[in-house]
Amino acid sequence: MSANPQLNAKGGLAHLLTLEGLPREIIVHILDTATSFVGVTEREVKKVPLLRGISVFNLFFESSTRTRTTFEIAAKRLSADVINLNISTSSTSKGESLLDTVDNLSAMQADMFVVRHAQSGAAHLIARHAGTHQHVINAGDGRHAHPTQGLLDAYTIRHYKRDFTALSVAIVGDILHSRVARSLVHALNILGTPDVRVIGPQTLLPAGVESLGVRVFHDMRKGLAGADVIVMLRLQNERMRGPLLPSAQEFNKSYGLTPEKLAVAKPDAIVMHPGPMNRGVEIDSSVADGVQSVILPQVTFGIAVRMAVMSILGGS
Amino acid sequence: MTPRIHIRGGRLVDPKHGLDAQRDLYVADARVVGAGAAPDGFRADRTIDATGLVVAPGLVDLAARLREPGLEYKATLESEMLAAVAGGVTSLACPPDTDPPLDEPGLVEMLTRRARSLNLAKVYPVGALTAKLEGERLTEMAELADHGCVAFSQADAPITDTQVLWRALQYAATFGFAVWLRPEDPHLARNGVAHDGDFATRLGLPGIPAIAETVAVATILELVRATGTRVHLCRLSTADGVAMVRAAKRDRMPVTCDVAAHHLHLSDLDIGYFDSHAHVVPPFRSGRDRDALRAGVADGTIDAVCSDHTPVDEDAKQTPFGESEPGATGLELLLPLALKWGEEARVPLAGALAAVTSSPARVLGIDAGHLGVGAPGDVCVFDPAAHFRVAADTLRSQGKNTPYLGYELPGVVRFTLVRGDVRYEARGERR
Amino acid sequence: MQLPDAETLCADLVRQLRGHVTPDTGMVGIHTGGAWLAERLHQELAFAVPLGLLDISFYRDDYRKSGLHKSVRASKIPFDVNGRHLLLVDDVLYTGRTVRAAMNELFDYGRPESIRLVALVDRGERQLPICPQFVGTGLTVPKGSMLRLDRDEAGRLTLRLDA
Repeated sequence: MSANPQLNAKGGLAHLLTLEGLPREIIVHILDTATSFVGVTEREVKKVPLLRGISVFNLFFESSTRTRTTFEIAAKRLSADVINLNISTSSTSKGESLLDTVDNLSAMQADMFVVRHAQSGAAHLIARHAGTHQHVINAGDGRHAHPTQGLLDAYTIRHYKRDFTALSVAIVGDILHSRVARSLVHALNILGTPDVRVIGPQTLLPAGVESLGVRVFHDMRKGLAGADVIVMLRLQNERMRGPLLPSAQEFNKSYGLTPEKLAVAKPDAIVMHPGPMNRGVEIDSSVADGVQSVILPQVTFGIAVRMAVMSILGGS
Repeated sequence: MTPRIHIRGGRLVDPKHGLDAQRDLYVADARVVGAGAAPDGFRADRTIDATGLVVAPGLVDLAARLREPGLEYKATLESEMLAAVAGGVTSLACPPDTDPPLDEPGLVEMLTRRARSLNLAKVYPVGALTAKLEGERLTEMAELADHGCVAFSQADAPITDTQVLWRALQYAATFGFAVWLRPEDPHLARNGVAHDGDFATRLGLPGIPAIAETVAVATILELVRATGTRVHLCRLSTADGVAMVRAAKRDRMPVTCDVAAHHLHLSDLDIGYFDSHAHVVPPFRSGRDRDALRAGVADGTIDAVCSDHTPVDEDAKQTPFGESEPGATGLELLLPLALKWGEEARVPLAGALAAVTSSPARVLGIDAGHLGVGAPGDVCVFDPAAHFRVAADTLRSQGKNTPYLGYELPGVVRFTLVRGDVRYEARGERR
Repeated sequence: MQLPDAETLCADLVRQLRGHVTPDTGMVGIHTGGAWLAERLHQELAFAVPLGLLDISFYRDDYRKSGLHKSVRASKIPFDVNGRHLLLVDDVLYTGRTVRAAMNELFDYGRPESIRLVALVDRGERQLPICPQFVGTGLTVPKGSMLRLDRDEAGRLTLRLDA
């Protein structure tokens, strides 16, 4: 099989496509660099000149205001020029292939592509065709990966809990369709987390999920017992009623995070959610707004983590 | 009048007649006229020196898409027939999923006439089982058979209405026609693009579970039990599917099956970093499934290895995996992949060749795939010790899409004879 | 070659700076060597304003060539830069590029009233128009070698020459 397409000949990061297979040192380097950027976001002039003259193209084939905005803020804080392209499905149905779109943009001197696409592997395809000085950041490809989210989740956990090697982390909800879950599992395993759990009904767990390095629970109370970190996943509307689940109410009953279920975790357990939340479905408002919730800080860390990723790539 | 050809000094391997020996072959009037000793009065117009080479029956391929009519931008009859003879394939069955599908005698006639005029490999069309392959209305099977269809199939189009499938099988059985079906439950396979297992989970690719195949195999076998129709199951991909066929054969059911050559060596792991060349139907499954397929060929449960040749233009592969068009080019890889399997499984050469000559000929019900006296003069002369590098510039097919790009495979065809005439000769060879 | 004693130079800088430090003066050290030196000076001179530390990784001019530095520390300026007289501290003054980067970064925190540069050693070979106001000593160093400040566990400062 070919070499890791994310790494350049010197073993440095050329693209960020997935956390799977990344050396631990690279992930730790990103998290450490992000710490410095948190400081930058807290001062008056929130910019540093690192990426001045660099063009970052946000290529979003799947629309997402939140993620696109955080990448845009991150790039601008690095003094990069940002171009946003929202390529709705109706444009692509006009016949221009993904690679043709990328080639046209490369001709406009794009240095960095931030790509979100509904198909798993889209970022890998673009990276394969990228020029030598171009960098691709995967902002989410199908169900496969959302590496910056995994990194910011790891950053959040490190911020509050310090040592991964002593943690129990529970991820709850629609693992089957979740690139966030996959990326977080990879990050946690690479960082040495001994106990990673996934909790959900059978219909929402992918085949062979244990092979990712997780323990499977169908009973949420058993799965949350003694957990240090609880990550709630968003349940998409279209999945709430159909062959996978009967209703949002039944999902909430068995798999929603209520104060009563939260109580079986450690008393100082933190509650995370990649957002946006479905209040009352996967998470009760009282928990989302409660003292154990770190959902809002996750957003700040997200900007710093993305600044770290772009600055490391931009200099490689 | 075809020339009289003497193929001298080669190792003659004829699996049907249990022959593997140093023996000369004599061809005249489009037929094999002698093996070993020359027939009386035979004077060769041409002598081919086959020293160090294997002289085998021309390969019989149960599935090769030629893309005509209708899909000529992917490949043409001419390019693919040249690829066939370059791969040593002298007879091939082509599935009905052309555009329009082979559901009318006129279309079948056009195809067979075009193929005959090219005078390369022999084409045996498999007719559509239902009109437009839509799974609702039966085709005029008797009429299609009169025009040359050797069997009836749905190609990759599902029949969701089991009533229709049952009646189609009954109707075919009335005339003794064989029905070829690729077993896949369309609901279980819906939206899937890769084997539903650890690797697809890792890659976030929607999965096609093994039960999509086994549920369909079970349904088909039950219908065969009820109708007695001769059914050929196309492109098995699961260990459990092979086991079900093995049991059915033990019960003496009129069932045969094949596997695509590319499934004998690869598993879902070969998708690697989303290589669309590894996007095929049925998907590459687990290592355990692949091993069961190999064992199935070895013990005869799987009757034939075919190429499942499906040329796809590069544009349709240079897309994200799930959007890419599935399929792999295969005519030129059928022999090498069969040989590679035989070497690794430690099966004698005759056994490996049987899977691509005499056995598929038996499934098709044609006189081919053997070199007995009187057999059609379809011969493949190849070098078993030479290797060929799979690359866009070494493949003659218009389809360069294969997960084997970059592989070095054993078995280089030097000469292919069809109807007693040399229709392919490797460049640089003049023997 | 014989290197001067860093502790002696440091004590000399303390003497030079005494009288130039007011209750409002701010001190900023540049990681890593400048930060160690600044920590010592800050303590010895009993500053009222807490010490600031800068990591200039995000302001370097060699980012395109060498990439982002392997270990980036957080910069921290725990006082208002606006209108303040600052003492900027580095261990070895060489091309002047580090100081240029540090000044750019300081101006992103606010507009200081003045910046005066303190260096333990000035090895010359400036590539930019930068000059120090307080220097321990001048020193000529063989071309291509790097002069660095070390600090041991006990806090003792020494100069080191790397070929």
